[in-house]
Amino acid sequence: MLLRTEKLSKRFGGVDAVKAVDLEIESGAVFSIIGPNGAGKTTLLNLLTGIYRPSAGRIVLEGRELNGAAPYHFAAAGIGRTFQTPQIFLNMSALENVMAGRYLHEPCGLWTALLRLPGLARAERACRDEAARLLAFVGLEEWAGTPAEGMPYGALKRLELARALASQPKLLLLDEPAAGLNPIETLEIDRLIQRLSARGVTVVLVEHNMKLVMGVSQRVLVLDYGRKIAVGDPETISRDARVIEAYLGAAA
Amino acid sequence: MSAQLTQYLLSGLTVGAIYALVALGFSMIYNASHVINFAQGEFVMIGGMATVWFIGMGLPLPLAALAAIGAATLVGLLLEKLAVEPARNAPVVTLIIITIGASILLRGIASVIWEKKIHALPAFSGEQPIVLGSATLTPQSLWVIGVAAAVVAALWWFFNRTLAGKAMLATSHNRLAAELAGIGVRRVLLVSFGLSAALGALAGILIAPITFTSWDVGVMLGLKGFAAAILGGLGSGPGAVAGGLALGMIESLGAGYVSSAYKDVIAFLIMLAVLMFRPSGLLGRRTAERV
Amino acid sequence: MLTWLASARTGGLLALAAALAALPLALVNNYYYEVAILVGLNAIVCVGLNLLIGYAGQISLGHAGFFGIGAYGSAILAARYGWPPLAALAAAAGAAALLAFAVGRPILRLKGHYLAMATLGFGIIVSIVIATEDRMTGGPDGMSVPPLALFGYAVSGERTWYWLVSALLVAAVWLALNLIESPRGRALRALHGSEVAAEAIGIDSARHKLGAFVMSAVYAAAAGALTAHYAGFITPSKVSFQHSIELVTMVVFGGMASTFGAVIGAAILTTLPQLLTAFREYEMLVFGAVMMLTMIFMPRGFVPTLRKALASKN
Repeated sequence: MLLRTEKLSKRFGGVDAVKAVDLEIESGAVFSIIGPNGAGKTTLLNLLTGIYRPSAGRIVLEGRELNGAAPYHFAAAGIGRTFQTPQIFLNMSALENVMAGRYLHEPCGLWTALLRLPGLARAERACRDEAARLLAFVGLEEWAGTPAEGMPYGALKRLELARALASQPKLLLLDEPAAGLNPIETLEIDRLIQRLSARGVTVVLVEHNMKLVMGVSQRVLVLDYGRKIAVGDPETISRDARVIEAYLGAAA
Repeated sequence: MSAQLTQYLLSGLTVGAIYALVALGFSMIYNASHVINFAQGEFVMIGGMATVWFIGMGLPLPLAALAAIGAATLVGLLLEKLAVEPARNAPVVTLIIITIGASILLRGIASVIWEKKIHALPAFSGEQPIVLGSATLTPQSLWVIGVAAAVVAALWWFFNRTLAGKAMLATSHNRLAAELAGIGVRRVLLVSFGLSAALGALAGILIAPITFTSWDVGVMLGLKGFAAAILGGLGSGPGAVAGGLALGMIESLGAGYVSSAYKDVIAFLIMLAVLMFRPSGLLGRRTAERV
Repeated sequence: MLTWLASARTGGLLALAAALAALPLALVNNYYYEVAILVGLNAIVCVGLNLLIGYAGQISLGHAGFFGIGAYGSAILAARYGWPPLAALAAAAGAAALLAFAVGRPILRLKGHYLAMATLGFGIIVSIVIATEDRMTGGPDGMSVPPLALFGYAVSGERTWYWLVSALLVAAVWLALNLIESPRGRALRALHGSEVAAEAIGIDSARHKLGAFVMSAVYAAAAGALTAHYAGFITPSKVSFQHSIELVTMVVFGGMASTFGAVIGAAILTTLPQLLTAFREYEMLVFGAVMMLTMIFMPRGFVPTLRKALASKN
């Protein structure tokens, strides 16, 4: 059991964006969270990365309680993520973006930095090499030196993925990775997710693209109005009456 | 209530009314453009100094005051058109420097035209103190409080009861929606600057008989007007008024009972405290950011 | 070896050192030296402030406050308590660091205009306290400051100070460049790029912002102390809101996120008022106009705009 939540809830003013959600994510799985617009998927993701503090409930990663911790604690605990709208460091090049992602594995003391103590140059070289390798993994090696602000949208999504992978997360949360991509690009994302899963990274996917979800996930959780209405394997979920109702409305 | 306390409260109310007017100007501009107009204090300066100037040219006080307000309004409109509009999408730091540059420019112009002397404006209706129970009040203080109250009432009516005013409020809440609804957002911006300048100038004219006026009188008044706007909640009209009055009175009481040497620090300590513990101020909106 | 020399960093440092070494040829009298020393001291502050504004993406309208703490702290310890100037300087810089740490933690939670106002408030409070505690500080008239002494030798004379300040400037730039090009520097730039994404990769943004704030405060305080000992005198005008604005303008004008830009910005905007002394009356007017025009037409700053213009010519 990698990640578990118990009665996780988030309230904004009078609205329950997420209500008493229990989920269990097995290590190595590809786990998807789906639901109609406004169901609370991104809120749930923000809760799982510490951006929102839960109003109630617990988040447990490998036995460690994470509720109320600052976002960087979640990252340090092994949770990585990409955002619905890529949050790329536009003030840096593609390579630097991914190098930044290596932060957790590049401890650097203040005086080491200020005085350029020996070992730093070697560490920087290693960081650069690893970043280049990750760029190649997502197919962006020719963009390495390009300023990120000059890159096309599809490339930025892959860049963000490379950056998230740089922190070697145990659990990778992808927020609508296929949003805004054409079918060819979506297929590439599909393949990337499968390759990641094959390497043992646990992937949590929030997605609208049903074809992608059903094709790549082992388990699917359905949210509606902030509540969990169903969880199971893709086959069962796609036939669940409550799920169909949530998406299409009740039969007249 | 002791005579001394009443005295402090009254003088605090007077200067507080001025702070309220300046703070209203800030809030109006911030609402319309999300720019903090560091040149707000200079509108106050222009009000007082230009009135003195026009009187020197032979105009009677009411006309001179009107002309000064007109001049300040013109400066406000020019500021928006020539400095703020072209830099609309610049980062916060850049915008801050532009308005600060404007304030330095205006002070520079003032120091050239009017030199660095201190000028006095005659009190509007004489200097005979009015006795109110155990305290005394100068007629000028009554003018300040009275006119400020009238202006605030007029603004309340404008923003809540007229279409133009409501349009301006709508723009401050959601610029895009306002634009889509057909509201001339650029005109709203211009009017905000013009109106703020007029308010500032009025404040300058009202206070000049009490505290005198000079080329750099706007610096401290502007900064304290900020502090008042922040105390009340940046962007809130009622907040600006409440913040201004509160700041004026706290300052007066602090100067009287704690330390008059550190009077000026009070405003900034309050501002810092508000920003550290409750940035939205007394009456400001608390916004939640969506990620 | 050649690639090392040609790297922007080493090349830039060497160019700076060379320019500083060659400059005395153009400094024909003591007044010119004075201006050059002033440029150097301002540049040191700006390099530090640029770390905060340009790289970490924060803002401070109150850095003259730290400058003042350095200047007055060192002056008071040396003049009133007889401390050796070097120790006084170190203590003053340390005090500035502590104050920056204490004040920075709560106010760096703020963003944009709110952060600007908070730093402004801080700077003004410092300046008022300094001007009011006149028994300690000499009040609005200022106080005299003993000269700097290094290993028993009093540092005096324009030329000695010029070499001292130049060396310190090169050191200050070197330290800043080292930080920027390290993983810590990348973390700073990351949190400027997107704070939420930076946190998502494990960067404690609050801690890094505070670090940049404290470091910039130390730079400002050190420069302040040096200024006080150099001039032999210090007045509250150096702690004013006006001075804070001048410093920010130099950084933004030179080009944010460019250490050398900060130096150039300091150089241009320090010498500009000197050139305008003929027009003493119009000095403020021109300065204000320059600030506005450059920000409206060169919002990225002088150096980046120049770089872009040269690049597009090729």
